Amino acid sequence: MRFDLEVISSWIKPGSRVLDLGCGTGDLLYHLKNFRDVKTTGIDFEETNISRCVDLGLSVIQGDINEEVQDYADHAFDYVILSRTLQQVYEPGKLLKDLLRIGDKVVVSFPNFSHWSCRLQIFLQGRTPTTNQLPYTWYNSPNIRVITLKDFRSFVKDSGFKIIKEAAINTQKEDLHGNVIHLLPNLRATYGIFLIGH
Amino acid sequence: MKENSVGLTSTKYFKLKGPFTLENQEHLDDVTIAYETYGELDSGKNNAVLVCHALSGDAHAAGFHAGANKPGWWEIMIGPGKAIDTNKYFVICTNILGGCMGTTGPASINKKTGKPYGLRFPVITIGDMVNAQKALLDSLAITRLLTVIGGSIGGMQALEWSVRYPQMVFSAIPLATTQRHSALAIAFNEVARQSIMADPNWHNGDYYEAQKPDLGLAVARMVGHITYLSDEAMRNKFGRRLQNKKDFSFNFDADFQVESYLRYQGKKFVERFDANSFLYITKAADYFDLARQPVSDPNNLTFANAGAKYLVVSFTSDWLYPTRESKTMVKAMKKNSLDVSFCEITAPWGHDAFLLENKRLDTLVSGFLVRMSQEITDAF
Repeated sequence: MRFDLEVISSWIKPGSRVLDLGCGTGDLLYHLKNFRDVKTTGIDFEETNISRCVDLGLSVIQGDINEEVQDYADHAFDYVILSRTLQQVYEPGKLLKDLLRIGDKVVVSFPNFSHWSCRLQIFLQGRTPTTNQLPYTWYNSPNIRVITLKDFRSFVKDSGFKIIKEAAINTQKEDLHGNVIHLLPNLRATYGIFLIGH
Repeated sequence: MKENSVGLTSTKYFKLKGPFTLENQEHLDDVTIAYETYGELDSGKNNAVLVCHALSGDAHAAGFHAGANKPGWWEIMIGPGKAIDTNKYFVICTNILGGCMGTTGPASINKKTGKPYGLRFPVITIGDMVNAQKALLDSLAITRLLTVIGGSIGGMQALEWSVRYPQMVFSAIPLATTQRHSALAIAFNEVARQSIMADPNWHNGDYYEAQKPDLGLAVARMVGHITYLSDEAMRNKFGRRLQNKKDFSFNFDADFQVESYLRYQGKKFVERFDANSFLYITKAADYFDLARQPVSDPNNLTFANAGAKYLVVSFTSDWLYPTRESKTMVKAMKKNSLDVSFCEITAPWGHDAFLLENKRLDTLVSGFLVRMSQEITDAF
């Protein structure tokens, strides 16, 4: 499993109810269900991902995350996970509010745009940065937002919610390995992972 | 005999004891239910799968009848090693109430008169079909269903089962269906019924000893077939290609392949189907609205009673029961905190897609059933 998913998994209390938005091929949910006794639900847009997840024995719904989250009752989940998707969300403020309605806590992760390699590419080359975590060029990128760890902290505060826990991580080798960063995280982390609550 | 088939099968008949009460409070005496079973019921009785057929299906879902070349209607789905694996599951399929393939319907003999019911057969509902299946399962001492699966009108039965007998239904797989028949679907059914009733041979349903309303039924089937395909499927399958000719005939023969196809489907259908059954079954589909169930409690929310885990599947080109109708039921299931999975399969063939070979559908059904088998064992 990817390093960021391992970090997220370690934050989830065994036996809880989890919704994973943009669950992809279900790696995280499979792990949570089978090794941490978690009651899991996933949402993804891709038919092939849904088929893969059902084949893995997961409960998943095909659809748009912004719409699908509307149907759940208040506090339907202990955790809602939005991993590596925030940078593609059109209305992040509205979504975060929706997620903290249906979930008691929300885990959000995103690629850090203020990583030193991004900064260097803009500063020295004058080019839009492309990295392992943000591999797209400006004209084919699905990412409509650029987010830094600092930006996100103030966003959560302005939205009226609390950051309960955060981890800045540096990942290597297709993000399978990595380490948690304590010194200069906004400069050195490839991803930020945040646990948010009321 | 082909490999991966349940092999030689035969239809069995179960006679209900006593009168059968219908949703409209009328009674039917002497109800017979035609059914087939494949595989073995396990000792814990946790592996029963009820397969529900659509408008024109029958109890013969898989395998081959003696001397027949054609297998049952869902041979691609049911058999050893297939998505509904008969090595693992005990599969039951019944002909629906009101049908004409062995279960009591309008063509059956009314013992009181010694003649076929015709229009004296009471108007039935999807709920009545489900109750008839329930009576059969009771007689087989099956108290729990691992899953109820069906497409189209079969999917309506699966949904109905899950809200009518929630303690009995561990999971349900409604395919290419709706929780409430739409105006579009009712409209097509009405055109089809009018075609039957306008046939001079129909005689208010009393045609069993004379000429049958074959022309009306054939046109009804043609209307149906249009709704089972899609614009894309028709373009690919027929386009404007002509049938065995180089130029227009300048008369009203079947010039186009699509005309010839529909005529053939209509003609083939009248050989095996009863026109009155068509009227009753389409009416039951039109009445279907899960939000109304059960009738005794009109305020009951859809799925509020249900406890089943669901796998809902729709097909992109299905315009009879489009994806948005599947999403409506998924939404209601989510609101009731039910365990639901949903997939929209990309398929160009229209509503008929659920009956055609489809790896994606196989994967979804088999994966879901494996999980259900585990969870039912954990639960009981």
